[in-house]
Amino acid sequence: MTSPDLLAALPAIPKDDGGPVFAAPWEARVFAMTIKAHEAGLFSWNEWAETLGAELHKDDDLPLGTAAPGYYDHWLAAFEKLLTAKGVATGSVLSDLKSAWDNAAKSTPHGQPIVLER
Amino acid sequence: MSHDHDHDHSELSEIELRVRALETLLTDKGYIDPPALDELIETYETRIGPKNGARVVARSWIDPEYRQRLMSDATAAIAEFGFTGRQGEHMVAVENTPDTHNMVVCTLCSCYPWTVLGLPPVWYKSAPYRSRTVRDPRGVLAEFGVTLPKETQIKVWDSTAEVRYLVVPMRPAGTDGWSEDKLAELVVRDSMIGTALALDPAKLETAA
Repeated sequence: MTSPDLLAALPAIPKDDGGPVFAAPWEARVFAMTIKAHEAGLFSWNEWAETLGAELHKDDDLPLGTAAPGYYDHWLAAFEKLLTAKGVATGSVLSDLKSAWDNAAKSTPHGQPIVLER
Repeated sequence: MSHDHDHDHSELSEIELRVRALETLLTDKGYIDPPALDELIETYETRIGPKNGARVVARSWIDPEYRQRLMSDATAAIAEFGFTGRQGEHMVAVENTPDTHNMVVCTLCSCYPWTVLGLPPVWYKSAPYRSRTVRDPRGVLAEFGVTLPKETQIKVWDSTAEVRYLVVPMRPAGTDGWSEDKLAELVVRDSMIGTALALDPAKLETAA
């Protein structure tokens, strides 16, 4: 389980009395991946909180009246950045995998699980 | 609305593609294990999605005109709350009556109106639920602790890529004069899938 201390270290995470809340399944997925990658020793929680914080602060410079991206849009961008900084995501690996998933989805009939053929 | 929706293949949004790319990368490198990831996500199952379905049902109980709109065009009636489904997802509301009880399943995969109901429960995606609900809905209901009168017909709705169903449970007796907010507390998720009834108001009183 997620330690409440870890979450307390994060700025403005959407939550209620019962813990974090998610607006969409992908948000929970990227949240869980971050926890697991941290547990695997890929980065310290401080490093994560700093990367996420920097991403969230980008909203400060938005022109007045612009809708800010969602919390987990920032989370996803921060996670990609940290993995790149750590040398886990190098070169075009993420964009290659993205195209591969896109092709896999487009060649999968509805109702079948989407699988990456490699 | 439907002309741009492809019926033949699956589609992942830009953001879903980025999340899948990360998951594949981290799995390949041995930093995450997908089953362990699923397990962690399941602990948040009830915390995902806006879950505005209960409000939709509660309003239809107190506002006959809203109920009319919900039954004739659920997609538009749900959007009145400011929520819309994914593109191409069409919602249909099916109403329980003393004569008919509705249940929703997706025999093909696990299509689910998560924008209305949150993340699907684990059992919804399980093979036994998907196969047995069609063959033996009464037996499945009994396992959920729901026994209906013999005269009540059970209708099973099979979700597709294009159509998602919302079950409108019957308003429990003894709730006259209740506010929409209070009524919404009776509308548990499973009652909108059809594997439960709306809560007994007496139980809500004791729980509060």
